[in-house]
Amino acid sequence: MKNNQQSRQQTPVIYLQPSKGWLSINFKEIWRYRELVYFLTWRDIKVRYKQAVLGIAWAVLQPLLTTLIFTVIFGNLLKTPSQDIPYPLFTLTALLPWQLFATALQRSSISLVGNANLITKIYFPRLVIPLSSVMAALVDFSVSFVVLLGVMAYYRYWPGWNILWLPLIILLALLTALSVGLWLSALNVQYRDIQHMVPFIVQVWMYASPIVYSIDTIPGGIWRWLYGLNPMVGVIQGFRWAMLGGDPPDITMAFSVGMVLILLISGLFYFRRMEKTFADIV
Amino acid sequence: MTDVAIRVENISKQYRIGLAQSRPDTLRDLLVSGIQRIRDVVRRKGDGRYDSPSHIWALKDVSFEVKQGQVLGIVGRNGAGKSTLLKILSRVTHPTKGYGEIHGRVGSLLEVGTGFHPELSGRENIFLNGAILGMRREEINRKFDEIVAFSEVGKFIDTPVKRYSSGMYLRLAFAVAAHLEPEILVVDEVLAVGDAEFQRKCLGKMNDVAQEGRTVLFVSHNMSAILRLTQETIVLDAGQIVMRGPTPEAVDHYLNMGLTKQGERNWTPEELSGTIGSFQPIALRVLNTQGRVVDTVTAAEGFTIEFKYNLSEPISGLRVGLYMMTTRGEYIFTTFDTDDPAVFESLTVRAAGRYVSRCSIPPNLMNEGRFILGVNASVYRIKRYFQDDKALTFTVDATGAPGMHWPEKRLGSVRPKLDWKIEVVNNNDE
Repeated sequence: MKNNQQSRQQTPVIYLQPSKGWLSINFKEIWRYRELVYFLTWRDIKVRYKQAVLGIAWAVLQPLLTTLIFTVIFGNLLKTPSQDIPYPLFTLTALLPWQLFATALQRSSISLVGNANLITKIYFPRLVIPLSSVMAALVDFSVSFVVLLGVMAYYRYWPGWNILWLPLIILLALLTALSVGLWLSALNVQYRDIQHMVPFIVQVWMYASPIVYSIDTIPGGIWRWLYGLNPMVGVIQGFRWAMLGGDPPDITMAFSVGMVLILLISGLFYFRRMEKTFADIV
Repeated sequence: MTDVAIRVENISKQYRIGLAQSRPDTLRDLLVSGIQRIRDVVRRKGDGRYDSPSHIWALKDVSFEVKQGQVLGIVGRNGAGKSTLLKILSRVTHPTKGYGEIHGRVGSLLEVGTGFHPELSGRENIFLNGAILGMRREEINRKFDEIVAFSEVGKFIDTPVKRYSSGMYLRLAFAVAAHLEPEILVVDEVLAVGDAEFQRKCLGKMNDVAQEGRTVLFVSHNMSAILRLTQETIVLDAGQIVMRGPTPEAVDHYLNMGLTKQGERNWTPEELSGTIGSFQPIALRVLNTQGRVVDTVTAAEGFTIEFKYNLSEPISGLRVGLYMMTTRGEYIFTTFDTDDPAVFESLTVRAAGRYVSRCSIPPNLMNEGRFILGVNASVYRIKRYFQDDKALTFTVDATGAPGMHWPEKRLGSVRPKLDWKIEVVNNNDE
């Protein structure tokens, strides 16, 4: 009985009331639901490769095949300059962070609608859903990262101490995907036009990032600054530098980081604001 | 008062009508409504959000309290606001107005198997579903064997659940949910699915939960389940509490609500706003042998029950059925329009369009009294398109029924005319 009394005093009280305006973000609650993030991430990965004959090998094949295509077209036919790095290696070091970003973005923007059955039946912080989609992309990335190491070994490139920056650069790529994913997934709940736009956005964004061409192609000064507003410019530049060395990221990196922060904070607030209506309109 | 588990005050929830019917919003709609809003502002209509004709209140000023350890039933017909109430209590959706507080961890079971993935194995789904329902991995590990034992899926635990029979699937899904241990459990109609054996098992488990002193809110159309599990029940109608009282009284009130319908029930689009799908009921009628819609039929003559509905898209494997119930909610029989295997085989897909399914009730079947007709449209094991457990009530008159020369009340719901032979048996023959 006494025990009961004690546990009663600890019981959390949940308040139900109309929520208005901008809600603060309850990071503590998201932390409490970390296991759900884990399980949803795990489900995404498991399901994605469950009935594919080649399974996780796709994570290897995709960047390799794309590298092959880009090398033939942009490297051999168009002779795109590649900062004195062998073209396949040049483009692969960009494709890796790019595909991490693109997969994370694509999956997270449709994630809320794809999990409508959960949203309408169970309570949990809705942020868990786009978050776990982004995390799932990290698994593919880890697999294809091994491929990159193989290709680097083939061209006799060894990463230097710069590689220590890699986790931060990967984090930047994930945050970029998350911030845009937050906006798009919340918008997609109401406007399904978004899911038709996403492939197009990704395609345009890819050519707006230094993947097939070098950043040196972009004239310096104001143009380079504007170019840096694309956060993936910083990510790709940083990733290449961390793996292959060469010129360290310049001022564009600062623009990229700043842009991600703006997108992320606004995305979080927009998401939180729309969150309360997801179950009613999804 | 520390022993209150749930207290809600004037909770209201508003929905936009037609939201479920129309296609998901598009940017075009946004532009159109934006223009309208500007026009409204120009005409000083102000904030048209509340009480405008395009919005309905799914719940209106609902207030109640539930004490710790109480098992409270909630009944009401389709669209009365039961599910909306449970969704608010389980924080899936926010109330439009009002205030509420919940003391304790809430486990909500608005559906069994939420988040189950067909490609994953039973084992994987237990962990996934457990996590979704709010269990910790360590907690699931601890209860894993118990869950598997309860579900009786045994050696199929590592088989993808898409290969499970629907019975196995449901048992596994319910097993996970049944092992949740929140202080407050909110349950919606989970017993409406599955076979009799499964339902019995679920009821038993629910009973255990209730005995353990946890607070339970229990929504069901199954009056015998409500009667068995709860002492007190709330009756909801049109988003408001019309009665709260001891369960037998509340059930009686619910079943006798709106019994004035004259042998016919028509569904209006507003009524269906919450449940709309590709199946839209239009009307349910009781017809006498002359083909007239009547409230009272004569048992000795037989009668016809006619269900008119519309399919907005083709449905394969559809079955449209009737439940006959007593006013106390006991089932007398269930029948489907494709019960005949030959009919079922030949009518694999029903194209979009209007239909009438007619059922002839033979003469001398029903006893006299008042009966409730329920309707159901579903695809076996796949989907329930529509259900209304008390769509219509009607009276059966016993004129001409067997044994009417004794003017006593016969026990039982049916009064069939059966074949009796009376023989004289001589003692000598033995």
